[in-house]
Amino acid sequence: MAPRKPGLTDERMDQIISGILRVGVGLAALVVFAGGVYYLAKHGGQLPQYRTFRGQPPQLRTLPGILGFAFSSHSRGIIEIGLLLLIATPIARVAFSVAAFALQRDRTYVIITLIVLSVLVCNLVGGCR
Amino acid sequence: MLIWEFTLVVWLGSLLAGLLGSLTGLGGGVVIVPLLTLGFGVDIRYAIGASLVSVIATSSGAAVAYVREGFSNIRVGMLLETATTLGATGGALLAAHVAPRLIAVIFGLVLLASVYSSVKGPPQHDTDGPPDQLAQRLRLDSRYPARDGVRQYHVRRVPLGFGLMGLAGLLSGLLGIGSGALKVLAMDQAMRLPFKVSTTTSNFMIGVTAAASAGIYLNRGYLDPGLCMPTTLGVLAGSLTGARLLAKARAPGAALGIRGRHPGPGGGDDSQRPEREDLTWLPGSLG
Repeated sequence: MAPRKPGLTDERMDQIISGILRVGVGLAALVVFAGGVYYLAKHGGQLPQYRTFRGQPPQLRTLPGILGFAFSSHSRGIIEIGLLLLIATPIARVAFSVAAFALQRDRTYVIITLIVLSVLVCNLVGGCR
Repeated sequence: MLIWEFTLVVWLGSLLAGLLGSLTGLGGGVVIVPLLTLGFGVDIRYAIGASLVSVIATSSGAAVAYVREGFSNIRVGMLLETATTLGATGGALLAAHVAPRLIAVIFGLVLLASVYSSVKGPPQHDTDGPPDQLAQRLRLDSRYPARDGVRQYHVRRVPLGFGLMGLAGLLSGLLGIGSGALKVLAMDQAMRLPFKVSTTTSNFMIGVTAAASAGIYLNRGYLDPGLCMPTTLGVLAGSLTGARLLAKARAPGAALGIRGRHPGPGGGDDSQRPEREDLTWLPGSLG
């Protein structure tokens, strides 16, 4: 993963990005699946209620809330971690691009990419509501 | 219907949606929202949240394959992502203040437009126009691997493309879709990128755009784990299967009865255009 300084061509960037996406999606799918099996084992016999919108409980709306929920072995919290990993995958891709453009000494694109990254992070941590 | 039955049926439905989305080029998102709301009576806010997450999965999953092949233009993608993420933020914030009924109407209109553009396909254009000053200053011009070797292209009309991308982001955030049709339109028609570069770059951007609004939806409690689980896994499996089928069907002469040069998963008739024949599948590039 560590890009050599002079050799970080656009092609090499593509390859690394492809790797990030593969790992991110694979890992996310795995966690969602594991959480899903656990969820069905625990709640499979109950009735689904999606007809009326109630929204998620507060602990499933924030990053620390989800982590705490999952670690106290709540199946829904584990699935939500998988979903977080999925949302984080494109964000990781953008974060990597910041570093890559910096290595290429491309200031314009470092700034452009930082703008995208800050919008993403801001929305995820709930700063833009 | 109990939760395990509901989960299984939604998973199967999502599998078909992902399959259909990747074969037709509409993408999973535009299929999953009507499926959940009309088919299973799910509230549209839950449906949009689940659709957004599945859009990220298919976009990122598809990107793995083609990013490495060097079609997508990373600079164009990154520049336009400033427009799509800001648009998506606006769309997601707007979603809280628009009546669900109105969102459903807008969704229907966008779906019709997507189907229309998917069947008809954008008009052809040449990609070797004169260079554009702004595009050159932003170093957007690039090249891509074509059949007959590497081909150069110039990027045009950056502000128009940027504006259309803002709109694409807004719709994506409001409706929980990838709005790839509009993204491809902006790059292919407005900015005059080669079609292949437009579709791959669009798909590349969809994940980032969807992640921008997914963050807001998460904080607002629209992402239900029990619902997102079967939809995400189903759409992902379906679109990957669809991609496999497309790759097989791309063998000489084969067509799945899908007409048109749609800006979707590589297009059913790409075989007619030699330089596009090897275009990799792009599940979810529209939805």
